[in-house]
Amino acid sequence: MGPAADHYPHPHLLGIEGLTPGEITLILDRAQHYAEKNRSADKTSNILAGATVVNLFYENSTRTLTSFELAAKRLGADVINMTVGTSSVKKGETLIDTAMTLNAMNPDALVVRHADSGAVKLLSEKVNCAVLNAGDGRHEHPTQALLDALTIRRHKGRLHRLNVAICGDIAHSRVARSNILLLNTMGSRVRLVAPPTLIPSKIDRMGVEIFHDMEEGLKDCDIVMMLRLQLERMEGSFIPSVREYFHFHGLDRAKLANAKPDALIMHPGPMNRGVEIDSEVADDVERSVIREQVEMGVAVRMAALELLVQNHRKMGGQA
Amino acid sequence: MSPAIRAKGAGKKAFINARLIDPVAQTDGMGGLLIQDDTIAKAGAEVTKDTVPEGFEIIDLGGACLAPGLVDMRAQLREPGFEHQETIETAGKSAAIGGVTTIIALPNTDPVIDDVAGVEFIARRARKVGLAKVFVYGAVSKGIEGKEITEMGLLHQAGAVAFCDGVKTIASARLLRQALSYSTFFDGMIVQHPEEPELSKGASMNSGELATRLGLSGVSPLAEVMQIERDLRLAEMTGGRLHFAHISTGESVEVIRKAKKRGLKVTCDTAPPYFALNENSVSDYRTFAKLSPPLRSEDDRQAIVAGLADGTIDAIASDHNPQDADSKRLPFAQAAAGAVGFETLLPISLELYHNGHMSLLDVITKLTRVPADLVRIKGAGTLAEGTAADLVVFDPDRPWKIDPYQFHSKSKNSPFDGRLTQGRVLRTLIDGREVFTEGS
Repeated sequence: MGPAADHYPHPHLLGIEGLTPGEITLILDRAQHYAEKNRSADKTSNILAGATVVNLFYENSTRTLTSFELAAKRLGADVINMTVGTSSVKKGETLIDTAMTLNAMNPDALVVRHADSGAVKLLSEKVNCAVLNAGDGRHEHPTQALLDALTIRRHKGRLHRLNVAICGDIAHSRVARSNILLLNTMGSRVRLVAPPTLIPSKIDRMGVEIFHDMEEGLKDCDIVMMLRLQLERMEGSFIPSVREYFHFHGLDRAKLANAKPDALIMHPGPMNRGVEIDSEVADDVERSVIREQVEMGVAVRMAALELLVQNHRKMGGQA
Repeated sequence: MSPAIRAKGAGKKAFINARLIDPVAQTDGMGGLLIQDDTIAKAGAEVTKDTVPEGFEIIDLGGACLAPGLVDMRAQLREPGFEHQETIETAGKSAAIGGVTTIIALPNTDPVIDDVAGVEFIARRARKVGLAKVFVYGAVSKGIEGKEITEMGLLHQAGAVAFCDGVKTIASARLLRQALSYSTFFDGMIVQHPEEPELSKGASMNSGELATRLGLSGVSPLAEVMQIERDLRLAEMTGGRLHFAHISTGESVEVIRKAKKRGLKVTCDTAPPYFALNENSVSDYRTFAKLSPPLRSEDDRQAIVAGLADGTIDAIASDHNPQDADSKRLPFAQAAAGAVGFETLLPISLELYHNGHMSLLDVITKLTRVPADLVRIKGAGTLAEGTAADLVVFDPDRPWKIDPYQFHSKSKNSPFDGRLTQGRVLRTLIDGREVFTEGS
């Protein structure tokens, strides 16, 4: 692994695309520091005291929202959570109106989740604070990829020369896209395992191998990354039934046996038990790092907020 | 045109020292043109400074091109119903600057142009505005709902020059068959927006690597060609005149090329974005480049250029589709599709000439005579004696940078923002009146 960059040069964190290996390592190193601190009695600091962080969520998400809120609070920032339901969108206030309104209140960072790809970037063009993408449509979810990377690095000691299988609903997944970009950037090999309907067109051009047969796809893998089947985003028949999906593409002991004996099992959550993953493997304390992923989520978000807000302060508040 | 407008006619005017482009005679050479009141009195090489009869005001064009005014066979004027985006008046001004003298407007207004009153309303409004001559498509189906056919015969009699369902595909095979068949008795033409609607549902750009990277739902280019293939069967079966609007893929060009060889009465057009841009314009979620059909791959773009050059694609239309800023300043999937086109139609089309794909005469023919013939508008797209003096004077070489904020259209949604291009309209005349003169 190359050295970490000496600073984070971007005003925002909108995606993994455009980050260098050094910049990724910088964030992970800082996150590792917070991961240790979070396990100690002295969890909090005042490094972001006086900073205002607004969590603007256009999609409901208890887990990610809580993780960001906790991250900001542990750094001493003031946090406001805004969950904008679809109802207020129907009232006519556009994304840009909301952005301008919040911007007028001079926050230091906006953490944004939105159901539409590109929405967070659009918003970032209209505000002068740091913007952190907490998931936009099926485009990117950078902090998820970073927390996955941190979890992998803690167990495997590296992020290069690993075989990573990302399995399941690739078509609707921003997690998959961010992970492909990050793992490729760091020098690992990515395979996608899914039925053909859940593999987006021309995704092989992103430098991945594609498998429809799960046993074949998991062969000699170091990491098995499962994705949540996003039934709520599906229009039309992507899969015939949950039963059939689990039969061919759900992770159970038998299919897992094809991976390396020390392969890690990962899942971004929330899990659909019995749909994409069997409880027996999800809860396997030897192999599953799913709970550690949640833990690393807070650490990675602390690191990202710290770097972004500090940049924002250095630039005199002009992102 | 009404007598009131004729009275404003310019009297006697002589353009000399012009590069005359005559798409009917298929000539391109130096000459001049005489206008008497609202009509062309004479055009040709013999009209020179020395031969201009007495009483004519002489205007020396200094070698600039003089051609029939552009006939734009696909444009949305947004009036009635969407006047915050465009009106017949703002569209008329925009058209005048673009050298467009005849517009055929889509019927997807509110209310929809699906009855005689609608056709008459547009005609009346356009006459009052007195800029470009506006004709309309009648809707194929009542309310553009794709269920029952409109009173096509009566609409035709009232002045609807052809029929289409606006930006919607005529999806029902039965409806299209009936419309094609019924319209044969008055030589009507049906214009299809070829996009298989089920396959393209919810999609906002061309499918492929870029859509996957951006996380946007893509529509496969096959959605276009499979609609065309089905519809060709219906055209063959009924003997009706079928025209495909804004084709955008190489496969479509190929299929239409073969159909024409088989002798089918089928024609098509495309719009400047499809031969001047590709899907990369959408990168960074640029909503001004969100169009319907979407911008395609570079291979498709090149195939469209080839289709224009070999004559498979008959005409070029602006596909003028004004959208206000609020309809575009949205996340990509939610943003409206479409681009304004009048003021970039000529310069972007001239790129085909400057890049050596087509002669200037061929480009102008596809912008004038061919569309006029397709919709059976007599006296447009020609320099023939006795026809209306609807003309454009342009400098094909003048370089400029496209700045939509200088546009006269009420909407500024152009994917050509900042493009360096060549070719500027200097004068636009309608019935002998100058509705646009450069620098004034």
